Amino acid sequence: MSAIVEAKRLTKTYGSFTAVNNVSFTIEPDKIYGLLGRNGAGKTTIMHLITAQLFASSGELLVFGQEPYENERVLRQTCFIKESQKYPDTFRVTDVLGTAAMMFPNWDEGFAKRLLTDFNLPLKRRMKKLSRGMLSSVGIIIGLASRAPLTIFDEPYLGLDAVARNIFYERLMEDYAEFPRTVILSTHLIDEVSKLLEHVIVIDGGQILLDEEADSLRGRAYTVTGPSAKIDAYAAGKPVIHQEALGGSRAVTVFERLGATDQKQAEALGLQFSPVTIQQLIVCLTTRSSEQKGAYL
Amino acid sequence: MGNQIDDSRPIFVQIAERIEDDILEGGLPEESQVPSTNQFASFYGINPATAAKGVNLLVDQEILYKKRGIGMFVSSGAKVKLMEKRKEQFVEQYVVTMMREAEKLGITSEQLTDMIRERGNRA
Repeated sequence: MSAIVEAKRLTKTYGSFTAVNNVSFTIEPDKIYGLLGRNGAGKTTIMHLITAQLFASSGELLVFGQEPYENERVLRQTCFIKESQKYPDTFRVTDVLGTAAMMFPNWDEGFAKRLLTDFNLPLKRRMKKLSRGMLSSVGIIIGLASRAPLTIFDEPYLGLDAVARNIFYERLMEDYAEFPRTVILSTHLIDEVSKLLEHVIVIDGGQILLDEEADSLRGRAYTVTGPSAKIDAYAAGKPVIHQEALGGSRAVTVFERLGATDQKQAEALGLQFSPVTIQQLIVCLTTRSSEQKGAYL
Repeated sequence: MGNQIDDSRPIFVQIAERIEDDILEGGLPEESQVPSTNQFASFYGINPATAAKGVNLLVDQEILYKKRGIGMFVSSGAKVKLMEKRKEQFVEQYVVTMMREAEKLGITSEQLTDMIRERGNRA
């Protein structure tokens, strides 16, 4: 099957500010992507470009093989759940779901009903009377029950408690297993979602910092701790992305897979290893890159 | 969700290890059916594609085999094969680590042998 989204040298500028800078990437069918990065990195701009809510300044963008702008065929297959979706003042929950049912060809009414129960949502309540968390659950229900071939969640769970977030993750995985589709999930809660992701794209300063399979990021870096002098000897010439000192000891995070030779050397020096999670890796890389841009990437 | 999946090592490797452990401990006897990719995914709260990769790793090593249209099964001879593989790792993973720690604590290899023998007698 061909790509769901194909971006080539995509750029978006606002006056003198470049939000997305010459970015190329491919979103493949039926995978769950994590679009990660700090606030202001350009994630939301990219999602707005894909969903034709913004025009690119330059570059090419194809969604389902076509240009997305005012393209009914593309937009009907795409469901975009935004952090701060606005609804008409008079709408009740039931009106919003009714509208969604008309918009999305794959809408599953039964699934939507089950989700309403899961999230304890009052069907008759007016949207403007809902709490922040309840508003988020309405978005999540639409995103899941629409079963759109391309579903994009942009930080979908503002105000949602841990239990409700867990329900979201579980329902997403169950339904995805039964009805595979392409999902882009943008979030800051990396530790919570990383196990769900097949592929990770990290945006930093409008550019792509990482574009890799999630599993290949696990074990891509390690932290080694020990007496400062020994650590300095060990880390010399290695791609160090983070370091911390405590008294006479020091911990450095090295951005490479731990090879057998290095491991033997470090063990001979009596150094301790600890693994680095995807969240820790991304935090290290995006903290550092503001000072020293992508030196090891 | 979670079930002790560790986010700092490739998940597909961890899934393969869990299946290996089940085979070694007898939870998955030879010629029995292995849970489906989706069952693994929902149990561990992971992506089904990642679970499938773990299962396929063991298919490549002929620990598991596929019955078309039915699912994955444990090969006969899988347990012996895994025991051989794990024994090779045992020295590196446990013995070397133990000896290093013993050295740090000033425990001689003679004392170490005594400790092991003592535990063995008690067990």
